[in-house]
Amino acid sequence: MTLRTPLHDVHVRSGARMVDFAGWDMPVQYAGLLDEHEAVRSRAGLFDVSHMGEVVFRGPKALEALNRVFTNDLGRVADGQAQYGCLCRDSGGIVDDVVVYRRSAVDLLVCVNAANRTKDFEWLRDHAGGASVTNESDDWAQIALQGPRAAAILARITRTDLAAIKTFRFADGEVASVPCTIARTGYTGEDGFELFCRSDRAVALWDALLEAGKADGLEPAGLGARDTLRLEMAYRLYGSDMDDGTTPLEAGLSWVVKLDKGDFIGRDAMLRQKAGGVPRKLVGFVLTDPGIARHGFDVTRDGQKVGTVTSGTKSPSLKTSIGLAYVPAALAAEGSTFAVDIRGRPAAAQVVKTPFYTRK
Amino acid sequence: MNFPEDLKYTRDHEWARVKGNRVTVGITDFAQDQLGDVVYLELPDVGDAVKKGDAFGVVESTKAVSDLFAPVSGKVVEVNDPLGDAPETINEDPYEEGWMIVVELSDSKDLNELMDAAAYEKFIEEEQE
Repeated sequence: MTLRTPLHDVHVRSGARMVDFAGWDMPVQYAGLLDEHEAVRSRAGLFDVSHMGEVVFRGPKALEALNRVFTNDLGRVADGQAQYGCLCRDSGGIVDDVVVYRRSAVDLLVCVNAANRTKDFEWLRDHAGGASVTNESDDWAQIALQGPRAAAILARITRTDLAAIKTFRFADGEVASVPCTIARTGYTGEDGFELFCRSDRAVALWDALLEAGKADGLEPAGLGARDTLRLEMAYRLYGSDMDDGTTPLEAGLSWVVKLDKGDFIGRDAMLRQKAGGVPRKLVGFVLTDPGIARHGFDVTRDGQKVGTVTSGTKSPSLKTSIGLAYVPAALAAEGSTFAVDIRGRPAAAQVVKTPFYTRK
Repeated sequence: MNFPEDLKYTRDHEWARVKGNRVTVGITDFAQDQLGDVVYLELPDVGDAVKKGDAFGVVESTKAVSDLFAPVSGKVVEVNDPLGDAPETINEDPYEEGWMIVVELSDSKDLNELMDAAAYEKFIEEEQE
């Protein structure tokens, strides 16, 4: 069965092109991917991300229990703060990458990837550690307002002091009379907000935001632009750039792994991997030959396969061909060169510093 | 959507403009719309031979890669090189500025198998059902 967000009818009625994404019938584009991408970089874009899931940890043991299955350290963030990290298996393999919203030490919301809603909920429930774990994914809609004009647009329809909500912080409030959690988070590299509201209020919130943003050139945007925007920032996409068979250390996410925080699932495996040397690493590269690298293309060196491209696109902002690939540790340093096999033709590539794009 | 009457069409969504034994080739309005924003193009060189129904190049949009199929066999005599730097032209003007190659036709019988505008329009209607 195809899943639909509470905004599905709005997308169809507005003429969005719909595609299947992890079982969800989602808008891939409205006016056009490049147009939407540019709107987010220069003005603002509005995304329906209601397909993301929400799992909530509650109770006196909530913080401790969640910290046991999460690679980052929720003890180091304050209430009202969000934190990015991974859920890992004993092997160190990534179950999912998630953002945890610490409402308090006894109430934490885990925002999970759409494709992993059930898998994550079952994994977290099986490792509840005495906390109450509930799957609230169907109760919540999520709308992302992203871009340099996002704060100005949102300020028109909320009394919440947005200046007080710094990056990766959140607060409860009302937007156009719809009760929301207003989080200054996102997946585009621009300033912006992710708004969580009850599913039955999603259409009202969406319409109010679009109306409020008209004068600023706010545009509804689809998953296509979401993907090129995140890739310009080298933000990882679960299922493409990492999965149960890759560790955060391999995926370049060691900055969200706090090996010194005490025990958590996957820690031993990652300590071993760190001591033994991480065999392959996810790197950002640009093609110096013509062409576009795509997910699954081989990375080669002297004609031999040495790695795999996990994401690739022509960067709409930079006009260069960018991508992420797993390569042997010896080829991971900035400036290293290799080839990407594009339909039998080796295209030269060079490892570069990420993010590819820097906010203006 | 626009399908000029003076063109011939393939089931792979290329168009052909026939003038004597010279056939100009591009992709249709339907094809560019389905692809979305075109960002990259690989075309043959002048002098290359192309074979009817075989891939002669590749067009890539931000979200998809698609082969380009030759509507006729023959020799490539012209290539729209500026398209390489401005692939968005294919979205903006698929039938004029967005032309890709000109083929010198080796067998005029190839033309008999191409559809006219009405048949092509009917074909994509059926394909979408």
